[in-house]
Amino acid sequence: MPDHQLIVVGGGLAGLRAAIEAQEEGVDVAILSQVHPGRSHSGAAQGGVNAALANNPDGHDDSPEKHAFDTIKGSDYLADQPAALQMTTDAVPAIYQMEHWGCPFSRYDDGRISQRPFGGAGYPRTCYGADKTGHYLLHTLVEQTYRRQIRQYIEWFVCRLIVDDGICRGVIAYNMTKGGFEEFRAEGVIMATGGAGRTFAKTTNSMISTGGGAAMAYHAGVPLKDMEFVQFHPTGLYTTHILMTEGCRGEGGYLLNKDGERFMARYAPKAMELAPRDITARSIQTEIIEGRGIDGKDYVYLDLRHLGAEKLADRLPGTRDLAIHFEGVDPVYEPIPIAPAQHYSMGGIDTDVDGRTLMPGLYAAGECGCVTVHGANRLGGNSLLETIVFGRRAGAAAARDILGRERPLGPVKSGGEAGAAVESTIAELAAREGSEDFYAIREEMREAMFAHFGLFRDEATMKAGVDILLDLKQRLKKAKLRYTGSVWNLDMIRTMEFEGMVDVALATASGALVRTESRGSHARTDYTARDDERWLRHTLAYYQPDGGPPRLEYEPVELGLYEPQERKY
Amino acid sequence: MADITFHVRRFDPASGEPPHYEDFVVSVEGSMTVLEALFAIQEQQDGSLAFRYCCRSSICGSCAMYINGRYRLACQTNVLHMGVPRVTVEPLPHVPVVRDLVWDMDDFFEKYESIKPWLIRNSKLPDTEVTQSPEERHKLNMPIDCILCAACYSSCPSVWGEEHFLGPAALLKAYRFEVDSRDEAGKERLPTWDNERGVYRCHTITNCIEACPKELSPTEGIQWLKGSAVRRRLLGRKK
Ligand SMILES: Cc1cc2nc3c(=O)[nH]c(=O)nc-3n(C[C@H](O)[C@H](O)[C@H](O)COP(=O)(O)OP(=O)(O)OC[C@H]3O[C@@H](n4cnc5c(N)ncnc54)[C@H](O)[C@@H]3O)c2cc1C
Ligand code: SF4
Ligand code: FES
Repeated sequence: MPDHQLIVVGGGLAGLRAAIEAQEEGVDVAILSQVHPGRSHSGAAQGGVNAALANNPDGHDDSPEKHAFDTIKGSDYLADQPAALQMTTDAVPAIYQMEHWGCPFSRYDDGRISQRPFGGAGYPRTCYGADKTGHYLLHTLVEQTYRRQIRQYIEWFVCRLIVDDGICRGVIAYNMTKGGFEEFRAEGVIMATGGAGRTFAKTTNSMISTGGGAAMAYHAGVPLKDMEFVQFHPTGLYTTHILMTEGCRGEGGYLLNKDGERFMARYAPKAMELAPRDITARSIQTEIIEGRGIDGKDYVYLDLRHLGAEKLADRLPGTRDLAIHFEGVDPVYEPIPIAPAQHYSMGGIDTDVDGRTLMPGLYAAGECGCVTVHGANRLGGNSLLETIVFGRRAGAAAARDILGRERPLGPVKSGGEAGAAVESTIAELAAREGSEDFYAIREEMREAMFAHFGLFRDEATMKAGVDILLDLKQRLKKAKLRYTGSVWNLDMIRTMEFEGMVDVALATASGALVRTESRGSHARTDYTARDDERWLRHTLAYYQPDGGPPRLEYEPVELGLYEPQERKY
Repeated sequence: MADITFHVRRFDPASGEPPHYEDFVVSVEGSMTVLEALFAIQEQQDGSLAFRYCCRSSICGSCAMYINGRYRLACQTNVLHMGVPRVTVEPLPHVPVVRDLVWDMDDFFEKYESIKPWLIRNSKLPDTEVTQSPEERHKLNMPIDCILCAACYSSCPSVWGEEHFLGPAALLKAYRFEVDSRDEAGKERLPTWDNERGVYRCHTITNCIEACPKELSPTEGIQWLKGSAVRRRLLGRKK
């Protein structure tokens, strides 16, 4: 039974950054990850990471305050304003630190870090490494964890929290390569498990972005915040939904309908293709609904041809490769078929700016958490930023809490029972009666989420969607685990994942149904206006062990810097 | 749409049984990749099938396998484009198997770690970025795209023959840092690769170049390192 002072669940950017900070503060920290940290989904990020470095000649008077304003406006005023300013202020040293640790950012002729324009930003402030920024940032942090010899448990799948007297005291994890479950006891746990994109059909997210960390916290009684806000990226590849970065439009790419028209002129005449994601994605969807998709089908074109082969090779080499490999289209010569796809979970485990949750000992950072800085719509480039800024803050806070405790926590009470409880749950799954197919249920749920809680929402469709989810939960009780072997049991991992996914989906659905307004990514056809009077507030969803929809509570948004205005681009 | 037979190598070391092959027929549509076919098998035919996955977009390095006798990323391999009715799927060869298509990567990552794969700086850091010209940055383009999939490692006869040889991926990583204008390792990293476990075990067989799904050239990095060792030893140069 490995004991550490602090356990970090997840080896993406947020988890690695948290672990590094905690170790620097002097606590014994270990990382548990389902995949080698270098394979985490953070590595798929392409476009870049925002910070007001003011390196771009067009952005010489940029500042953290301006970055905060863009973030808050982009969030449709649902971001907590002090948190947003905290992030944009921490951003500048955070980027320099990543550079000092070796991150290979692209450079200007004078040797400084290059910055490109991104959607919804008043200034070109997105730092990038070609179109593989996430890969470069992630490998930089992996390297730093090796340098510091931080203990990593690689290919361990965490399935439950250990909670003693209301305090989070560790996790239970499945050893994928050797088999068996173990308890990891600790004085604190940081969740950094990434987003929940896989709860939707058509997502840009990795196969393991299943919302597991959020589900574990939620099941343990910690509320999920603002789950109804789900970002749909404008440009997923048509057949595979693999992302074509916003950098494509940042570098000057066009969006074209079947008439060859740059239709964004009708939706965001000033910002054009660089309008924020929610607006751009809905514009594309509207073109499709109104029959102006290519050949009348449900996609439009992302056209990069005019950028030329040289610029594509320099700025967007990975994008070109992805389009060739996965869509069979070479962007140098042909426009790329794209359609909106689920991309980012704005909501997540409710935390403060130091990653603390309502449960002592439990922290969260990165996409699984919700600080909240993205509010109802995240700006491109702000999420990589969130991982390193709030990862660091969570690591520091957890370490301070552990080291600053006046009386040490006693030994963990659940000696062995916690692991045994998981094993008996597995045995129950394997003994289930009934002929339901778990994977069919999983696909039905993902399709239902996309169809009923997608880019445009309304009362009747969402109500039907909630009913489908509740019904799927019942049917799930009749789906049996098919394989019970101990080593690398994907059947078991994916079943455990799904038990969480369906509850996370239900939290998303329930929050969306009740919110009778349109704000950011939450666009209703029956309530088209933003309603600050009633809805300038955060949703908190509490899990109900009876299997029904969550109990919803609300909390005011922290304002203080900028008065909510109408959002025009 | 076509029915394709997947001829998959199965092995469970704990079972005491020798490795064997099993056939699964999957009806394959236009954009389906080998990784998606493996999921279809695991979901619909045999829940016990074991394989690694994550990004499904050729960036995480999880899914390198030996597919129809070639090193490939399963997620980047379109089934129908291979143009054959039967697809053999095996784990990377010459490495120890955990189960089915999953193999034990501990040695691979230990070797990676041994070359000190991080930027070494000794001088005082500026308050802003350490500057680097676009030309200097350009030198990193090739090695920083490595996704640590280990296809090269599994393809290298020198790795097969000498278990302590660091292999192409770790050496490419050493090159990535040695060639970085910001790195100040001096002689600190040198002993990790300038030896018989390191660059001198490479006989420029170049299998790694052919195997690499990201079209990188570990050989080029290794040649540069060999040159750099000579430059440092004989000419007293820094790199
Ligand atoms: C294709 C794509 C492109 C993007 N591009 C950009 C961009 O250009 N700019 C930007 O700002 N943002 C971008 N984003 C968003 C951003 O990349 C993510 O929000 C961010 O990387 C999430 O990081 P994370 O550390 O929170 O989680 P992740 O990187 O997803 O890491 C999660 C970690 O948790 C582990 N884990 C999960 N569950 C378990 C479990 N049960 N047990 C053990 N371990 C577990 C995983 O192994 C993994 O190590 C992009 C997202 C996508 C999908
Ligand atoms: S060099 Fe190529 S084959 Fe080798 S690990 Fe890196 S990406 Fe894989
Ligand atoms: S699944 Fe990530 S490279 Fe194939």
